[in-house]
Amino acid sequence: MKIFLEMFLTFAKVGVMTFGGGYAMLPILQREVVDNKGWATEEELMDYFAIGQCTPGVIAVNTATFIGQKCKGFWGAIFSTLGVVFPSLVIISLLAGVIEAFSHIVWVQHAFGGIRVCVCVLILNAVVKLLKKAVVDIPTAIIFIGVAVCSVCFDLSPVIYVLIAAAAGIVIQVIGGKKK
Amino acid sequence: MIYLQLFWEFFKTGLFAIGGGMATIPFLYDLSDKTHWFSHNDLANMIAVGESTPGPIGVNMATYVGYVTGMEQGGILTAILGAVVATLGLITPSVIVIMIVAAILKSFRNNRFVNHAFYGLRPASTGLIAAAGISVIASNLLNLDSLKQGQFLQGFNWKGIALAMVLWVLTNVFKKTKKLHPIIFIGFAAVIGIIFQMG
Repeated sequence: MKIFLEMFLTFAKVGVMTFGGGYAMLPILQREVVDNKGWATEEELMDYFAIGQCTPGVIAVNTATFIGQKCKGFWGAIFSTLGVVFPSLVIISLLAGVIEAFSHIVWVQHAFGGIRVCVCVLILNAVVKLLKKAVVDIPTAIIFIGVAVCSVCFDLSPVIYVLIAAAAGIVIQVIGGKKK
Repeated sequence: MIYLQLFWEFFKTGLFAIGGGMATIPFLYDLSDKTHWFSHNDLANMIAVGESTPGPIGVNMATYVGYVTGMEQGGILTAILGAVVATLGLITPSVIVIMIVAAILKSFRNNRFVNHAFYGLRPASTGLIAAAGISVIASNLLNLDSLKQGQFLQGFNWKGIALAMVLWVLTNVFKKTKKLHPIIFIGFAAVIGIIFQMG
Protein backbone atom coordinates (compact mmCIF):
# COMPACT_ATOMS: atom_id res chain seq x y z
CA MET A 1 0.00 0.00 0.00
CA LYS A 2 2.82 2.36 0.92
CA ILE A 3 4.38 2.14 -2.54
CA PHE A 4 1.08 3.09 -4.18
CA LEU A 5 0.72 6.14 -1.96
CA GLU A 6 4.30 7.05 -2.82
CA MET A 7 3.51 6.74 -6.53
CA PHE A 8 0.40 8.88 -6.15
CA LEU A 9 2.34 11.60 -4.32
CA THR A 10 5.32 11.52 -6.69
CA PHE A 11 3.11 11.91 -9.73
CA ALA A 12 1.03 14.58 -8.02
CA LYS A 13 4.33 16.45 -7.62
CA VAL A 14 5.09 15.91 -11.31
CA GLY A 15 1.59 17.17 -12.14
CA VAL A 16 2.05 20.36 -10.12
CA MET A 17 5.37 21.10 -11.76
CA THR A 18 4.20 20.39 -15.30
CA PHE A 19 3.15 23.81 -16.51
CA GLY A 20 1.46 23.68 -19.90
CA GLY A 21 2.26 20.87 -22.29
CA GLY A 22 3.63 17.38 -21.88
CA TYR A 23 7.16 18.27 -22.95
CA ALA A 24 7.56 20.43 -19.86
CA MET A 25 7.31 17.32 -17.70
CA LEU A 26 10.31 15.43 -19.07
CA PRO A 27 13.04 17.08 -16.99
CA ILE A 28 10.85 16.77 -13.88
CA LEU A 29 10.23 13.08 -14.56
CA GLN A 30 13.94 12.55 -14.98
CA ARG A 31 14.62 14.02 -11.57
CA GLU A 32 11.74 12.39 -9.68
CA VAL A 33 11.39 8.97 -11.32
CA VAL A 34 14.96 8.24 -12.42
CA ASP A 35 17.19 10.10 -9.94
CA ASN A 36 15.11 10.20 -6.76
CA LYS A 37 13.03 7.02 -6.87
CA GLY A 38 14.95 4.82 -9.31
CA TRP A 39 11.69 3.44 -10.74
CA ALA A 40 13.06 3.51 -14.28
CA THR A 41 16.37 4.07 -16.06
CA GLU A 42 17.01 7.07 -18.28
CA GLU A 43 16.58 4.92 -21.42
CA GLU A 44 13.35 3.36 -20.19
CA LEU A 45 11.97 6.80 -19.42
CA MET A 46 12.73 8.01 -22.95
CA ASP A 47 10.97 4.92 -24.31
CA TYR A 48 7.90 5.49 -22.13
CA PHE A 49 7.80 9.15 -23.10
CA ALA A 50 7.97 8.23 -26.80
CA ILE A 51 5.11 5.77 -26.33
CA GLY A 52 3.16 8.45 -24.45
CA GLN A 53 3.48 10.71 -27.46
CA CYS A 54 2.32 8.17 -30.00
CA THR A 55 -0.65 6.78 -28.11
CA PRO A 56 -3.99 8.60 -27.91
CA GLY A 57 -4.59 11.03 -25.07
CA VAL A 58 -2.64 13.55 -23.02
CA ILE A 59 1.11 12.83 -23.13
CA ALA A 60 1.63 13.46 -19.42
CA VAL A 61 -1.16 11.06 -18.46
CA ASN A 62 0.05 8.36 -20.85
CA THR A 63 3.60 8.58 -19.55
CA ALA A 64 2.47 8.42 -15.92
CA THR A 65 0.24 5.42 -16.62
CA PHE A 66 3.06 3.65 -18.42
CA ILE A 67 5.62 4.16 -15.67
CA GLY A 68 3.09 3.02 -13.03
CA GLN A 69 2.22 -0.07 -15.07
CA LYS A 70 5.86 -1.03 -15.70
CA CYS A 71 6.84 -0.62 -12.05
CA LYS A 72 3.88 -1.97 -10.10
CA GLY A 73 1.36 -3.35 -12.59
CA PHE A 74 -2.31 -2.42 -12.79
CA TRP A 75 -2.64 -0.62 -9.44
CA GLY A 76 0.62 1.20 -10.01
CA ALA A 77 -0.83 2.54 -13.26
CA ILE A 78 -4.06 3.62 -11.56
CA PHE A 79 -2.34 5.42 -8.67
CA SER A 80 0.23 7.19 -10.88
CA THR A 81 -2.49 8.34 -13.26
CA LEU A 82 -4.75 9.63 -10.49
CA GLY A 83 -1.70 11.34 -8.98
CA VAL A 84 -0.81 13.23 -12.13
CA VAL A 85 -4.35 14.63 -12.58
CA PHE A 86 -5.04 15.35 -8.91
CA PRO A 87 -3.40 18.82 -8.76
CA SER A 88 -5.33 19.93 -11.88
CA LEU A 89 -8.61 18.91 -10.25
CA VAL A 90 -7.90 20.86 -7.07
CA ILE A 91 -6.35 23.97 -8.64
CA ILE A 92 -8.81 24.38 -11.53
CA SER A 93 -11.82 23.80 -9.30
CA LEU A 94 -10.64 26.50 -6.90
CA LEU A 95 -9.75 28.89 -9.70
CA ALA A 96 -12.91 28.32 -11.75
CA GLY A 97 -15.01 29.36 -8.76
CA VAL A 98 -12.97 32.53 -8.28
CA ILE A 99 -13.08 33.45 -11.98
CA GLU A 100 -16.83 32.85 -12.10
CA ALA A 101 -17.32 35.14 -9.11
CA PHE A 102 -15.35 38.00 -10.71
CA SER A 103 -16.38 37.51 -14.32
CA HIS A 104 -19.03 40.29 -14.30
CA ILE A 105 -16.49 43.01 -13.42
CA VAL A 106 -15.76 45.19 -16.46
CA TRP A 107 -11.97 45.25 -16.20
CA VAL A 108 -11.85 41.48 -15.75
CA GLN A 109 -13.74 41.21 -19.04
CA HIS A 110 -11.22 43.55 -20.68
CA ALA A 111 -8.38 41.45 -19.31
CA PHE A 112 -9.88 38.32 -20.83
CA GLY A 113 -10.40 40.23 -24.08
CA GLY A 114 -6.63 40.70 -24.22
CA ILE A 115 -5.96 37.16 -23.01
CA ARG A 116 -8.04 35.64 -25.81
CA VAL A 117 -5.87 37.49 -28.34
CA CYS A 118 -2.85 35.86 -26.70
CA VAL A 119 -4.55 32.45 -27.00
CA CYS A 120 -4.83 33.04 -30.79
CA VAL A 121 -1.06 33.52 -30.95
CA LEU A 122 -0.33 30.54 -28.65
CA ILE A 123 -2.45 28.20 -30.81
CA LEU A 124 -0.80 29.54 -33.96
CA ASN A 125 2.65 28.90 -32.47
CA ALA A 126 1.63 25.38 -31.42
CA VAL A 127 0.43 24.64 -34.95
CA VAL A 128 3.67 25.90 -36.51
CA LYS A 129 5.71 23.76 -34.12
CA LEU A 130 3.62 20.64 -34.80
CA LEU A 131 3.70 21.27 -38.57
CA LYS A 132 7.46 20.79 -38.68
CA LYS A 133 7.10 17.24 -37.38
CA ALA A 134 3.81 16.33 -39.04
CA VAL A 135 4.14 17.64 -42.59
CA VAL A 136 7.11 15.83 -44.10
CA ASP A 137 6.06 15.39 -47.75
CA ILE A 138 3.26 16.18 -50.22
CA PRO A 139 0.70 13.60 -48.98
CA THR A 140 1.02 14.83 -45.37
CA ALA A 141 0.67 18.43 -46.58
CA ILE A 142 -2.52 17.46 -48.42
CA ILE A 143 -3.89 15.72 -45.31
CA PHE A 144 -3.11 18.78 -43.17
CA ILE A 145 -4.75 21.27 -45.54
CA GLY A 146 -7.67 18.96 -46.31
CA VAL A 147 -8.50 18.35 -42.64
CA ALA A 148 -8.07 22.02 -41.69
CA VAL A 149 -10.31 23.27 -44.53
CA CYS A 150 -12.98 20.56 -44.07
CA SER A 151 -13.03 21.11 -40.33
CA VAL A 152 -13.62 24.86 -40.79
CA CYS A 153 -16.31 24.35 -43.47
CA PHE A 154 -18.25 21.32 -42.23
CA ASP A 155 -19.76 20.49 -38.87
CA LEU A 156 -18.33 17.00 -38.43
CA SER A 157 -16.91 15.35 -35.33
CA PRO A 158 -13.07 15.40 -35.18
CA VAL A 159 -13.27 11.64 -34.56
CA ILE A 160 -14.16 11.12 -38.23
CA TYR A 161 -11.07 12.98 -39.46
CA VAL A 162 -8.82 11.05 -37.09
CA LEU A 163 -10.16 7.69 -38.28
CA ILE A 164 -9.93 8.64 -41.98
CA ALA A 165 -6.40 10.03 -41.54
CA ALA A 166 -5.16 6.86 -39.82
CA ALA A 167 -6.58 4.74 -42.65
CA ALA A 168 -5.17 7.13 -45.26
CA GLY A 169 -1.73 6.97 -43.62
CA ILE A 170 -1.69 3.18 -43.84
CA VAL A 171 -2.98 3.10 -47.44
CA ILE A 172 -0.55 5.76 -48.69
CA GLN A 173 2.44 4.12 -47.03
CA VAL A 174 1.57 0.60 -48.17
CA ILE A 175 1.04 1.70 -51.81
CA GLY A 176 4.11 3.96 -51.72
CA GLY A 177 6.17 1.16 -50.20
CA LYS A 178 5.25 -1.23 -53.00
CA LYS A 179 6.44 1.16 -55.69
CA LYS A 180 9.87 1.32 -54.14
CA MET B 1 -27.95 12.05 -17.44
CA ILE B 2 -25.49 14.86 -18.05
CA TYR B 3 -22.58 13.28 -16.15
CA LEU B 4 -22.70 10.16 -18.27
CA GLN B 5 -22.67 12.30 -21.38
CA LEU B 6 -19.79 14.32 -19.96
CA PHE B 7 -17.83 11.13 -19.25
CA TRP B 8 -18.54 9.76 -22.73
CA GLU B 9 -17.57 13.00 -24.51
CA PHE B 10 -14.24 13.17 -22.67
CA PHE B 11 -13.68 9.46 -23.17
CA LYS B 12 -13.89 10.11 -26.91
CA THR B 13 -11.58 13.10 -26.56
CA GLY B 14 -9.03 11.01 -24.68
CA LEU B 15 -9.23 8.26 -27.25
CA PHE B 16 -8.99 10.36 -30.40
CA ALA B 17 -6.93 13.41 -29.38
CA ILE B 18 -3.47 12.51 -30.71
CA GLY B 19 -0.35 14.50 -29.93
CA GLY B 20 -0.68 16.26 -26.60
CA GLY B 21 -2.89 18.75 -24.79
CA MET B 22 -3.60 21.18 -27.65
CA ALA B 23 -5.07 18.24 -29.60
CA THR B 24 -8.02 18.15 -27.16
CA ILE B 25 -9.12 21.66 -28.23
CA PRO B 26 -10.87 20.76 -31.54
CA PHE B 27 -12.94 18.22 -29.59
CA LEU B 28 -13.97 20.85 -27.07
CA TYR B 29 -15.08 23.25 -29.83
CA ASP B 30 -17.10 20.41 -31.30
CA LEU B 31 -18.63 19.77 -27.85
CA SER B 32 -19.49 23.47 -27.46
CA ASP B 33 -21.29 23.51 -30.83
CA LYS B 34 -23.15 20.32 -30.02
CA THR B 35 -24.27 20.93 -26.45
CA HIS B 36 -24.00 24.70 -25.80
CA TRP B 37 -22.79 23.88 -22.28
CA PHE B 38 -20.23 26.67 -22.74
CA SER B 39 -19.49 29.25 -25.45
CA HIS B 40 -16.49 29.62 -27.76
CA ASN B 41 -15.42 32.65 -25.72
CA ASP B 42 -15.58 30.61 -22.50
CA LEU B 43 -13.38 28.04 -24.18
CA ALA B 44 -10.74 30.58 -25.22
CA ASN B 45 -10.66 31.85 -21.63
CA MET B 46 -10.27 28.28 -20.38
CA ILE B 47 -7.33 27.67 -22.73
CA ALA B 48 -5.59 30.68 -21.17
CA VAL B 49 -6.30 29.41 -17.64
CA GLY B 50 -5.24 25.88 -18.59
CA GLU B 51 -1.95 27.18 -20.00
CA SER B 52 -1.16 29.32 -16.98
CA THR B 53 -1.93 26.88 -14.16
CA PRO B 54 0.06 23.85 -13.04
CA GLY B 55 -0.82 20.53 -14.64
CA PRO B 56 -0.93 19.17 -18.19
CA ILE B 57 -3.09 21.45 -20.34
CA GLY B 58 -5.33 18.66 -21.65
CA VAL B 59 -6.21 17.62 -18.11
CA ASN B 60 -6.77 21.22 -17.04
CA MET B 61 -9.16 21.74 -19.94
CA ALA B 62 -11.17 18.62 -19.07
CA THR B 63 -11.38 19.64 -15.42
CA TYR B 64 -12.42 23.18 -16.29
CA VAL B 65 -15.08 22.20 -18.85
CA GLY B 66 -16.44 19.58 -16.44
CA TYR B 67 -16.55 22.13 -13.62
CA VAL B 68 -18.40 24.76 -15.68
CA THR B 69 -20.84 22.18 -17.07
CA GLY B 70 -21.50 20.78 -13.58
CA MET B 71 -22.02 24.31 -12.24
CA GLU B 72 -24.99 24.68 -14.57
CA GLN B 73 -26.61 21.75 -12.77
CA GLY B 74 -26.85 23.47 -9.44
CA GLY B 75 -23.86 24.51 -7.39
CA ILE B 76 -20.36 23.89 -6.21
CA LEU B 77 -20.89 20.18 -5.48
CA THR B 78 -22.28 19.36 -8.91
CA ALA B 79 -19.45 21.46 -10.38
CA ILE B 80 -16.81 19.37 -8.61
CA LEU B 81 -18.61 16.19 -9.63
CA GLY B 82 -18.56 17.43 -13.23
CA ALA B 83 -14.84 18.19 -13.00
CA VAL B 84 -14.06 14.72 -11.61
CA VAL B 85 -16.26 12.92 -14.15
CA ALA B 86 -14.78 14.80 -17.15
CA THR B 87 -11.21 14.20 -15.95
CA LEU B 88 -11.83 10.49 -15.36
CA GLY B 89 -13.43 10.28 -18.81
CA LEU B 90 -10.32 11.81 -20.37
CA ILE B 91 -7.85 9.47 -18.66
CA THR B 92 -9.78 6.18 -18.93
CA PRO B 93 -8.84 5.52 -22.59
CA SER B 94 -5.20 6.33 -21.76
CA VAL B 95 -5.18 3.71 -19.03
CA ILE B 96 -6.82 1.09 -21.24
CA VAL B 97 -4.61 1.79 -24.28
CA ILE B 98 -1.41 1.94 -22.25
CA MET B 99 -2.22 -1.37 -20.52
CA ILE B 100 -2.55 -3.01 -23.92
CA VAL B 101 0.54 -1.31 -25.34
CA ALA B 102 2.62 -2.14 -22.25
CA ALA B 103 1.88 -5.83 -22.86
CA ILE B 104 3.13 -5.64 -26.46
CA LEU B 105 5.64 -2.79 -26.10
CA LYS B 106 8.35 -3.86 -28.51
CA SER B 107 6.09 -4.99 -31.30
CA PHE B 108 3.98 -1.80 -30.96
CA ARG B 109 6.84 0.62 -31.48
CA ASN B 110 8.26 -1.29 -34.39
CA ASN B 111 4.94 -2.18 -35.95
CA ARG B 112 4.76 -1.03 -39.56
CA PHE B 113 1.03 -0.31 -39.46
CA VAL B 114 1.22 1.73 -36.29
CA ASN B 115 3.90 3.91 -37.87
CA HIS B 116 1.90 4.17 -41.10
CA ALA B 117 -1.21 5.24 -39.20
CA PHE B 118 0.75 7.93 -37.37
CA TYR B 119 2.11 9.20 -40.65
CA GLY B 120 -1.50 10.18 -41.47
CA LEU B 121 -2.58 11.04 -37.93
CA ARG B 122 0.02 13.70 -37.19
CA PRO B 123 -0.91 16.09 -40.03
CA ALA B 124 -4.63 15.47 -39.42
CA SER B 125 -4.33 16.31 -35.74
CA THR B 126 -2.36 19.45 -36.63
CA GLY B 127 -5.04 20.37 -39.19
CA LEU B 128 -7.75 20.06 -36.54
CA ILE B 129 -5.84 22.33 -34.15
CA ALA B 130 -5.29 24.83 -36.98
CA ALA B 131 -9.04 24.86 -37.68
CA ALA B 132 -9.75 25.48 -33.99
CA GLY B 133 -7.18 28.31 -34.11
CA ILE B 134 -8.96 29.84 -37.11
CA SER B 135 -12.23 29.80 -35.22
CA VAL B 136 -10.61 31.49 -32.17
CA ILE B 137 -9.11 34.11 -34.47
CA ALA B 138 -12.42 34.66 -36.26
CA SER B 139 -14.29 35.27 -33.04
CA ASN B 140 -11.65 37.51 -31.44
CA LEU B 141 -9.85 39.41 -34.21
CA LEU B 142 -12.61 39.69 -36.80
CA ASN B 143 -16.15 40.97 -36.71
CA LEU B 144 -17.84 38.69 -39.22
CA ASP B 145 -21.20 40.50 -39.20
CA SER B 146 -19.62 43.82 -40.21
CA LEU B 147 -17.46 42.11 -42.83
CA LYS B 148 -20.53 40.53 -44.40
CA GLN B 149 -22.12 43.98 -44.68
CA GLY B 150 -18.97 45.23 -46.41
CA GLN B 151 -17.91 47.48 -43.55
CA PHE B 152 -14.18 46.96 -43.81
CA LEU B 153 -13.03 49.19 -40.95
CA GLN B 154 -15.46 47.76 -38.40
CA GLY B 155 -14.78 44.26 -39.67
CA PHE B 156 -11.48 43.95 -37.83
CA ASN B 157 -10.62 44.19 -34.16
CA TRP B 158 -7.65 46.50 -34.80
CA LYS B 159 -6.52 46.71 -31.17
CA GLY B 160 -6.55 42.92 -30.99
CA ILE B 161 -4.66 42.53 -34.26
CA ALA B 162 -1.98 44.97 -33.09
CA LEU B 163 -1.59 43.06 -29.81
CA ALA B 164 -1.47 39.75 -31.68
CA MET B 165 1.33 41.05 -33.90
CA VAL B 166 3.34 42.26 -30.90
CA LEU B 167 2.85 38.88 -29.18
CA TRP B 168 3.82 37.00 -32.33
CA VAL B 169 7.06 38.98 -32.60
CA LEU B 170 7.79 38.43 -28.89
CA THR B 171 7.19 34.66 -29.12
CA ASN B 172 8.96 34.09 -32.45
CA VAL B 173 11.55 36.73 -33.24
CA PHE B 174 13.40 37.97 -30.17
CA LYS B 175 15.74 35.41 -28.65
CA LYS B 176 15.37 36.90 -25.17
CA THR B 177 11.58 36.66 -25.05
CA LYS B 178 11.08 33.55 -27.21
CA LYS B 179 11.83 31.07 -24.45
CA LEU B 180 9.65 32.71 -21.80
CA HIS B 181 6.76 30.72 -20.39
CA PRO B 182 3.31 31.35 -21.99
CA ILE B 183 2.00 32.56 -18.62
CA ILE B 184 4.10 35.71 -19.02
CA PHE B 185 2.53 36.54 -22.39
CA ILE B 186 -0.94 35.80 -21.03
CA GLY B 187 -0.31 38.18 -18.12
CA PHE B 188 1.04 40.83 -20.50
CA ALA B 189 -2.02 40.45 -22.76
CA ALA B 190 -4.34 40.79 -19.75
CA VAL B 191 -2.70 44.10 -18.73
CA ILE B 192 -2.88 45.43 -22.32
CA GLY B 193 -6.50 44.29 -22.50
CA ILE B 194 -7.37 46.30 -19.39
CA ILE B 195 -5.47 49.43 -20.52
CA PHE B 196 -6.99 49.47 -24.02
CA GLN B 197 -10.43 48.16 -22.93
CA MET B 198 -10.49 45.11 -25.16
CA GLY B 199 -13.09 42.40 -25.54
